Amino acid sequence: MKAASPTIQLEDIHTRFGKLEVHKGLTFALQPGEVTTLLGPSGAGKTIILKLIMGLMPPSEGRVLVMGRNITDLDEAQLRKVRADIGMLFQGAALFDSLTVFDNVAYGLRERGERDELKIKQIVHERLEMVGLPGIDWKLPSQLSGGQRKRVGLARALASSPKIMLYDEPTTGLDPTSTRKIDDLIIKFARERGITSLVVTHDIQSARRVSDRWMLLSRGTIVADGPVAEVEHASRLVSDFVSGEWKDDA
Amino acid sequence: MLKVRELSASLGKYTLLLVDVARDIWRNGISLREVLRQVVWIGNNSLPIVLLTAVFTGMVLALQTAYGLHRFGAKNYVGNLVGLALAKELGPVLTAVMVCGRVGAGIAAEIASMTVTEQVDAIRSLGGDPIRRLVSPRIVAGLISLPLLTGVAVITGILGGLAVATLELGITAHQYYRSYLYAVQIYDVVEGLIKSFAFGLIVVSIACYKGLQCRGGTEGVGLTTTSAVVTGSLAVFVANFFLTKLLIIFKFA
Ligand SMILES: Nc1ncnc2c1ncn2[C@@H]1O[C@H](COP(=O)(O)OP(=O)(O)OP(=O)(O)O)[C@@H](O)[C@H]1O
Ligand SMILES: [Mg+2]
Repeated sequence: MKAASPTIQLEDIHTRFGKLEVHKGLTFALQPGEVTTLLGPSGAGKTIILKLIMGLMPPSEGRVLVMGRNITDLDEAQLRKVRADIGMLFQGAALFDSLTVFDNVAYGLRERGERDELKIKQIVHERLEMVGLPGIDWKLPSQLSGGQRKRVGLARALASSPKIMLYDEPTTGLDPTSTRKIDDLIIKFARERGITSLVVTHDIQSARRVSDRWMLLSRGTIVADGPVAEVEHASRLVSDFVSGEWKDDA
Repeated sequence: MLKVRELSASLGKYTLLLVDVARDIWRNGISLREVLRQVVWIGNNSLPIVLLTAVFTGMVLALQTAYGLHRFGAKNYVGNLVGLALAKELGPVLTAVMVCGRVGAGIAAEIASMTVTEQVDAIRSLGGDPIRRLVSPRIVAGLISLPLLTGVAVITGILGGLAVATLELGITAHQYYRSYLYAVQIYDVVEGLIKSFAFGLIVVSIACYKGLQCRGGTEGVGLTTTSAVVTGSLAVFVANFFLTKLLIIFKFA
């Protein structure tokens, strides 16, 4: 595994908003098929890392490489092509309020030029089946529970068969059963489809369950990084974070 | 100094948004269905308040001019003044400000809440373009709706003035109409229409811009909405002055 070239690389990333410097020189790489959990306190800049990888915003400094290609200088039209390989589950699912579940899941397919409605229907139903929500095509997002919204968000992100999945707090605010369902899906996608995954979460149990590797983001840099079993106990910072003893007054 | 920098930075970003919209419409055309949906929405939301504003403005103009002109024995010129003021200035400006308060606020709030709930990011991550989906149709709808609303407002205002002139001031409808026709030329109507086009662009594009720039959760949505209305209305007044100046230059050139 390690010998293959990394799916995603971040090189010396700096992100600034005015005087606020969120990232102060981040460097890491994600290997194909690996599930990595990114831990870190609120406001550490985790969501921004996902957006950098998706090319939704450029870093102030540094390079982002997706499957070997530097995406930092691409224009919006070129980025659109890169994004076809990346799926993202947003923090609040970010379903389109005015569209039905079906149209939400079909959205990316239609935007990317799929005109064959029969094919769209088939893919949408397959994805909804996959996340365990068949037969809710005509519901609106406002009629769904939090867990269902997240799963529709998953189906939507998976519609165009991405090679990379980014999960932003996929289980935050969900009950244990829903949490379990989402975790199982993350594992399943990674194992069965070899999807390289980056999971941002505050949920330590989920993080243990789904990931091969943990990274801890604090004060703008990655302060711990490695296989879960190693990092969890070897790193003082991580064990403090996990046990809630964390003191981060950044 | 910082304020000046921030202001010029936002002006730059706002200009880029307008360029993006123009490029999008140039390259990809526009969805007529979506534009129509927006025009209907704008009309439904603003027609009643625009009509009320116009009718009372026309009425008060008639009252004021009648009593003002009475001193010079020129009561017959009421239609003249009401018509000119409405067609060239008050019709376009008041309509734009009312539309800004209702429609501008609505657009800013809608796009802002999509921004803070990451729906705008979701559009981009799914291969879509928020300019094309959210901004272009609304701006085109604004360009279509404002002149229409302004036209209706001017006519309503003139009828309001007529009501006061005949019922209150003892001027006959014929006199009112004649003095109106005498004063208001086609050029004045065109001037009003040109202005209302510009205001449509200003009000809607500022609302879209503010919505896309929104930060900071639900609280941010509220602030954005207020700011869109204030900025939009101010921009209408400022633009009105410069447009008037420009139109005068072209008229006499
Ligand atoms: N567009 C922006 N403009 C200014 N500041 C921003 C912007 N986006 C994010 N920030 C700031 O950057 C910091 C990191 O944001 P980010 O959303 O990545 O945090 P996070 O680690 O995901 O936190 P959480 O766990 O609360 O979701 C925050 O302090 C946030 O206020
Ligand atoms: Mg976040």
